[in-house]
Amino acid sequence: MNALILSAVWGIILMFCSILVKNKKAIGYIAAFGLLTILIGNIAETYGTQITHYNIYPMLLLDRFGLFFNTIAILSVFIFVLLSLIEIRKTGKYEPEFYTLIFFVICGITILTSYQNLLMLFLGIEILSIPLYILTGSDKKNLKSNEASLKYFLMGAFSTGIMLLGIALIYGGTGTFNLQPGTHSVVGTYHGISFLEITGLIILMCAMAFKASVAPFHFWAPDVYDGAPTPVTSFMATIVKVTAFLAFFKLCEVRVTDTLTAVNWKMIFAVMIVATLFIGNITAIFQQSVKRMLAYSSIAQAGFMMYAIFSLNDVAKEGLLYYAMAYSLATIGLFATMSKIKDYSFEGYNGLAKKQPTLAATNAIFLLSLSGIPLTAGFFAKYYMLASVIKTGSYTWLVIVGVCFATISIYYYFRLIQAMYFKTGNPDTIDHEITPFFKNMLIVVAVFIVLLGAFPQLLLNWFYF
Amino acid sequence: MIALLLILIPFLSGLAAFFMKDGKMARNWSLFSSLLTLLSIIALLTNSVPASNESFDIAWLPFLGSSFSLAMNGLVKMLVLLNAIIYFIVFLATFRRTFDQPNRYFGLMLLMQAGMMGVFLAADGLVFYFFWELALVPAYFLCSQWGNEKKIQATFKFFVYTFLGSLLMLIGMIIMHAKTPDHSYALQSFMHAKLSATEENLLFWLFFIAFAIKMPLFPFHTWQPFAYEQTDTSITIILSSVMVKMGLFAVLRWLLPVFPHASISNSHIIIILGVISLLYASVIAVRQNDLKRLIAYSSIAHIGLMCAAIFSGTVPGMQGVMIQMFNHGIIVAGLWITAEVIETQYGTRKISELGGLAQKAPVLAILLLVMALGNIALPLTSAFVGEFLMFSGLFQYNLIICAVALVSIILSAIYTLNMVQNIFYGNTLPATQDATDINRNARTAMILLAICILFLGFYPQPLIELLNSSVQSVLSGLNLVLK
Repeated sequence: MNALILSAVWGIILMFCSILVKNKKAIGYIAAFGLLTILIGNIAETYGTQITHYNIYPMLLLDRFGLFFNTIAILSVFIFVLLSLIEIRKTGKYEPEFYTLIFFVICGITILTSYQNLLMLFLGIEILSIPLYILTGSDKKNLKSNEASLKYFLMGAFSTGIMLLGIALIYGGTGTFNLQPGTHSVVGTYHGISFLEITGLIILMCAMAFKASVAPFHFWAPDVYDGAPTPVTSFMATIVKVTAFLAFFKLCEVRVTDTLTAVNWKMIFAVMIVATLFIGNITAIFQQSVKRMLAYSSIAQAGFMMYAIFSLNDVAKEGLLYYAMAYSLATIGLFATMSKIKDYSFEGYNGLAKKQPTLAATNAIFLLSLSGIPLTAGFFAKYYMLASVIKTGSYTWLVIVGVCFATISIYYYFRLIQAMYFKTGNPDTIDHEITPFFKNMLIVVAVFIVLLGAFPQLLLNWFYF
Repeated sequence: MIALLLILIPFLSGLAAFFMKDGKMARNWSLFSSLLTLLSIIALLTNSVPASNESFDIAWLPFLGSSFSLAMNGLVKMLVLLNAIIYFIVFLATFRRTFDQPNRYFGLMLLMQAGMMGVFLAADGLVFYFFWELALVPAYFLCSQWGNEKKIQATFKFFVYTFLGSLLMLIGMIIMHAKTPDHSYALQSFMHAKLSATEENLLFWLFFIAFAIKMPLFPFHTWQPFAYEQTDTSITIILSSVMVKMGLFAVLRWLLPVFPHASISNSHIIIILGVISLLYASVIAVRQNDLKRLIAYSSIAHIGLMCAAIFSGTVPGMQGVMIQMFNHGIIVAGLWITAEVIETQYGTRKISELGGLAQKAPVLAILLLVMALGNIALPLTSAFVGEFLMFSGLFQYNLIICAVALVSIILSAIYTLNMVQNIFYGNTLPATQDATDINRNARTAMILLAICILFLGFYPQPLIELLNSSVQSVLSGLNLVLK
């Protein structure tokens, strides 16, 4: 509850900041401070301190898993804001509103991590999505940004509609909006489960797959990620995406295991995983722009996160948290660096190691982490995903397929390393924006990734303390 | 404690080398560090420190059942020694060379050494996997930055091959972890895992492909000649003397004891693959005109023989492999240093463009001849002992396979002696017209290697004694199954 209340309050405060605060530079810091208070509030709640004790059980349930994920998400947003302070100021005219919308997105995140009712799921998805439609178009003078925004809005609205349809059908089948399955109606059943419920769940899952950009519902992602202003892309491709996965996981954890054993879910998910990995990885190889490459890479990484939803066990639960952290940190760092380089193509990075050694070194660590090299957080993220499937005891072929695609992903991640380190060139960087603070932040993130890679218990012990 | 030091010395000094602005300082520092590593393993081998130094164990990831544990046996000690010697020799031989961005070069070299030390020492699956990959990452950066014009593609091919292999191994590790009674990654618990025949077979191949790529064994060898040719020779020495031994070593320590049934049932296929690589690479080597490619193919041939001998499962075969792992490392390092000297001094690697060097560079000629004789395993060179034992092991396994494999001895004599003849004798050609002799540092390094080759050729006993217990332990595991 703390994070939910605080983020709503800070959203409103930031709205008034555009009138009250004259010093433009202060707004970013106010927002960062706001995030810090939300973070502290959320951690306090994990230890049992709440602002209000209001009984919200049938709607929301703040369990350890959700609260811990909130901490990860808010920490990621905090790092994201600190790394993108200058970039956000440059994007469009309305800086305070930009932060306001981010706070509202956090509101949506906190609902999605704790929903117990399908209506709350719907509400969370909407609160999360609507600010994002606006943020995507926040670079008002840029045609691409507008196009992306419209595309995202139309597709998103459509998928929301489908989601509502699914929820309605489930209601028809079970007579309740609760996440926990209710009594079954007798309209028509298959192995004791109502047809309506199965249909509704399939439709609901399609809508969730859309939000998480899992194939075959991924088509919006590359265009939207490419067109949106870089900080927004960074935000959407990381924090928002992993939240969608968490909501998806929560849904499947309750519904898939109990109700629908008769349907061959595993196979459906396996096909989705292979398709996502295939499309993400193979298309990423052919990209010439780093931004588009990262967009497809985020689809490929979504394929890996799907492993958690495929296996739905303890290891998957831990792994999803770990993956969220590892993937978000590395990708936020890469996007932040990219926004300091004028040319987004691979050639634009040529020779970065000579000109900006710190940027190149930290980016190399982020890329190694995304490829899953040991001693970076990305390794344990992939490790948990593979281990979760192996723990289910079957579908070993799926793990081998995943590993083959992980090898393919090396191609495009290492292409960037090659450009930075082994090709000669003079990259066009925005030097005055690469402040010592920015560099230090990147170093902090890189060190954090390496630490998590060497001692994953730093994060996971916290989950079990 | 020394077990830990063997990793820590190169690791920390490698990190320190990155921050040295002065290239000469980084160079001296690395030579010093490699000497220190060499001294610590010598101290261990001569029993001047208590035996408790041989292992190290500290909790690392208790919730995954993995601890940072290192342990040594005779084989490990020998390979650690090889790693330490080769690094010292490489730094010594290239002491006068100036590298582009020396601090990075030496830093990465030392980190790679630390990674390989970890691979040899690890007694825990996850630690082993970590080091296996960590040795690869510096190798990637080294090979992509220092070398010939196609180095980036060549290195990339090398990296993708080995990375795929190691990920397959990771799957194997995770499955093993699930199968062990106490859910742990320790090597000891791996040996107690209860596996059905199909599971064991699947796991065997998951592990073996990773190791076969690293060796490299036919048909996974295609990355190797390209990578060896394109990278800087000083790095090639490390790759071919030490890094390929990781594959053979892993088979001996992680494959045969853990999957004895599958090892025996698959031995026939693997021995045939080994003999194919032996003959195939030898035939190609005969036709090579490029000095580095020739040595690369010769190396594939030797590794193929070693791999075949491991799976013969006989006492002489196993002894021969372990001895030859060391000797091959020493001899091939000598050959590479010669290639390096020839390339930097005369500007070409084409055998057809060289000739009559013996008059201009007599010392180089003599030293190369020692290495070349070692390469064809002439008696009184160290390689003879190993090859003889390996062939007698194969002989015990199967007569026909051994007879076919023996053809390679003739082939290796053809290509090696041809190379010596064309480079050193005959008329001088334009490239060698005003050649000078080998420089002092490379000479010292080569003499040290030559002494080592001749000494172990006369008196291989210390090596055999060191390895005795390892041979016994590997074979007793296999024999238990056979009974």
